[in-house]
Amino acid sequence: MKPSPFDYIRAASAEEALDGLAAHGEDARILAGGLSLVPMLNFRLVEPAMVIDISGIGALDYIRLDNGAVEIGAATRQSALERWDGIADRLPLVHAAFPHIGHYQTRSRGTVCGSVAHSDPSSELPLCLAVLGGEAVLRSAAGERRVAASDFQTGMLTTAKRDDEMVAAVRFPVAEPGSGYAFAEMAQRRGDFAIVALAASASGERVRLGVGGVADHPTVRQWDGLAGGALDDALNAFAWELGGYDDVHATARYRRELVRRLGRKVIEEARSCRS
Amino acid sequence: MPQLNRDTRHAISFTLNGKPAQGHAEPRMLLSDFLVHELGLTSVHVGCEHGVCGACTVRIDGAVGRACLTFAVQVDGKKVDTVESLTPEEGGLNELQKSFRSNHGLQCGYCTPGILMSLSAYLEENPKPSEDELRDMLSGHLCRCTGYVNIVRAVMEHVGNAP
Ligand code: FES
Ligand code: FES
Repeated sequence: MKPSPFDYIRAASAEEALDGLAAHGEDARILAGGLSLVPMLNFRLVEPAMVIDISGIGALDYIRLDNGAVEIGAATRQSALERWDGIADRLPLVHAAFPHIGHYQTRSRGTVCGSVAHSDPSSELPLCLAVLGGEAVLRSAAGERRVAASDFQTGMLTTAKRDDEMVAAVRFPVAEPGSGYAFAEMAQRRGDFAIVALAASASGERVRLGVGGVADHPTVRQWDGLAGGALDDALNAFAWELGGYDDVHATARYRRELVRRLGRKVIEEARSCRS
Repeated sequence: MPQLNRDTRHAISFTLNGKPAQGHAEPRMLLSDFLVHELGLTSVHVGCEHGVCGACTVRIDGAVGRACLTFAVQVDGKKVDTVESLTPEEGGLNELQKSFRSNHGLQCGYCTPGILMSLSAYLEENPKPSEDELRDMLSGHLCRCTGYVNIVRAVMEHVGNAP
């Protein structure tokens, strides 16, 4: 397999990368870890005229606490976040999701922002970002804007990002004191694409549940106070709303059943670890 | 760095298994193809070319990476290690490789260089993994022959965690 020919820029700064995007627009693609883009290039699902490599831009390789959020730059590898000493305390949901995110061998090069930008409906990081109510920081040569996760991912591999913008950073809100978080996933094999992935947060009586792998983008519901049987009814209604689809891995019916069962499990787990 | 034109073969200088190496590649040339076809490193195996099987796994500046998801032009100025880097100075096999041999941790051997490269990085971080941890790490490689049992046995014996 060979990607179709493209020109290549190893950008030395974010500005250089953004100038490249401004000049080439939809003909250009940003390359960071390559874990999402290069398979698409190899399969020729995308054939950009220009590839702009941002993996060497030191200024985009950071994890920092800023205003109640953990901000992660576009060149930061998933393994760097996995090893970050604040992960368990500040981002317990992402911490719980990590073992399901690809493999040791892919997290070492894949980036956090790349996964969010690629927006596969079954990916774990976009799901966590949606459940936590995080943001994508989109930058172009003309300026910067922040888009809430719920508005960012608009469908299957589609986002609100314009062609002249790149995901310069993502912002995960820091865990709230007194909240609990849990993550669960069903896949054919550890590290495979999720058939269904679920992430929950619980704070007081409030519960948020995000589901990946069923609809064409991560979908989040929030309930205020669900006791006993109300939880099952709410999950059942949510499962039907999501619909789901049949494919070689699972039927829509099985996916809905996973939403009901694993949904209950992650919500109970999130509630039980409310601190 | 200036823009690299799609039709031109660009000079690439990097450190390969501890020694300086040079070659030429168009921007779209994958590192896996570059190592095999330009530099003759037939230990770099290509299975799926989309990051799933792990046969092409090498180390890039010390971190494990899929050569099939990396472009040759990206390693300019970097350090790349393939399974040849594991050979001890006096030649032969290193201790982990010997354990693979004595435990029959390979059959056709297609997956083996990639697995050894992952292990060389992983065991630096986690020198005594449990079997569960090891199996979780091995999920990033496909082996169609062994059923993984003897691979796990080889590593567990090597790290001194044999049951
Ligand atoms: S050939 Fe690279 S992972 Fe399969
Ligand atoms: S030994 Fe044949 S694929 Fe692993």
